[in-house]
Amino acid sequence: MQADTYSMGLESRFCGPVFHNAANSDRTPAKLDSDKTHWINCISRIRDSRDQAAFVELFQYFAPRVKGFLMRGGTDAALADETAQEVMATVWQKAHLFDPTRASVATWIFTIARNRKIDALRKQKRPEPEDLSWGPEAEPDQVDVLSLQQESSKLTEAIKALPEKQRVLIEQAYFGDLSHSEIAEKTGLPLGTIKSRIRLALERLRHSMA
Amino acid sequence: MTKMTNITHHLTDELIMGYSTGQLSEAVELLIATHISMCDDCRAAMDSFDALGGALLEGDSQKTAPVEMSDASLEATLALIKTLPPLDTPKPASNLPAPLIDYVGGDLDNVKWRPVGLGVRQAVLQTEGDAVARLLYIPAGVGVPQHSHGGMELTLVLQGAFSDADGRFGPGDVEIADEDTDHAPVADPSEDCICLAVTDAALKFKSLLPRLVQPFVGI
Repeated sequence: MQADTYSMGLESRFCGPVFHNAANSDRTPAKLDSDKTHWINCISRIRDSRDQAAFVELFQYFAPRVKGFLMRGGTDAALADETAQEVMATVWQKAHLFDPTRASVATWIFTIARNRKIDALRKQKRPEPEDLSWGPEAEPDQVDVLSLQQESSKLTEAIKALPEKQRVLIEQAYFGDLSHSEIAEKTGLPLGTIKSRIRLALERLRHSMA
Repeated sequence: MTKMTNITHHLTDELIMGYSTGQLSEAVELLIATHISMCDDCRAAMDSFDALGGALLEGDSQKTAPVEMSDASLEATLALIKTLPPLDTPKPASNLPAPLIDYVGGDLDNVKWRPVGLGVRQAVLQTEGDAVARLLYIPAGVGVPQHSHGGMELTLVLQGAFSDADGRFGPGDVEIADEDTDHAPVADPSEDCICLAVTDAALKFKSLLPRLVQPFVGI
């Protein structure tokens, strides 16, 4: 599915603006990938009202991607299909733990899929860092949300702009099994800026939890 | 357990990216997950490497193309989510970081220590793979004899502090040592030191994603 035609289709289906607090801030990024906003909205709808239609949309877009990810890592089609279903069910179950100041929805689903893939190979559950979640009263700062989502979009664009050879190596590292291969050239992906954004969001989160 | 504020010795980008891409053994993952539970700098680094995975998942190259789900998959998943209980995330009270709780079956009082001499005690944690994870208990002022590593040894301080040729390591700090490191840690005289130590013969600086991470060094 083409990203631009998809987002055009979404405009009319949006329930309304997702972010209310950011409008008056001069720090508000000028433009946000509307897909990313939409997926965050879907997660919120699942979290707040167990919205099945929102889940179906997420499933139709992300389940085939998760299945593809698992199959390229060597999982056979039947197991990849079943695991992708479990990953999407986990999205439903953990919707309240999603933090849009630290990850795009795609990133969050990637981490669930990766952990599930590793769990399937082991007797014990993969060790994961302690979850940090916004308390019932605290809400993520909407400027932080917009900034992080914008950085995520930039990262996607930067990957697209990489020379084919480098992009394939990075894809192998994440999707295949590249334990001892080498990438010689520098890629200059903007991971430093996204890390700074996340670091700031974590500070705010810690402050709100204190 | 809350995060530490004075961490000065962090994980390397190589290790964090290895965790993000899922290429490390369980014992090494345990140490990384434990450090990240205590360290927001490394948590942000992990999140940014995860963002790379997320961007690839959404990417549109041949290599990351979606694969159509089976016909009944949506219905099966909708049936599955109806059976799932709401996930409550209880935070068990423990004096250990969350990732370690399951491995010791509770908190520090549940650790099954074995003496290894000089008052030093250890408890090997059950993990799969070649790497070995152990908790070390070094009494205040005691030094662990010089030992060499075939590969990499990662030592994360959970309580107290130790010093060796590489400096002083306090709570949350991680020392990354290889066969060239002069590794003879001495616990601070004021407090007993408890560490999570992981040895991985297969894990070597020069062979772990050697150049792959180079582009990202400095994040």
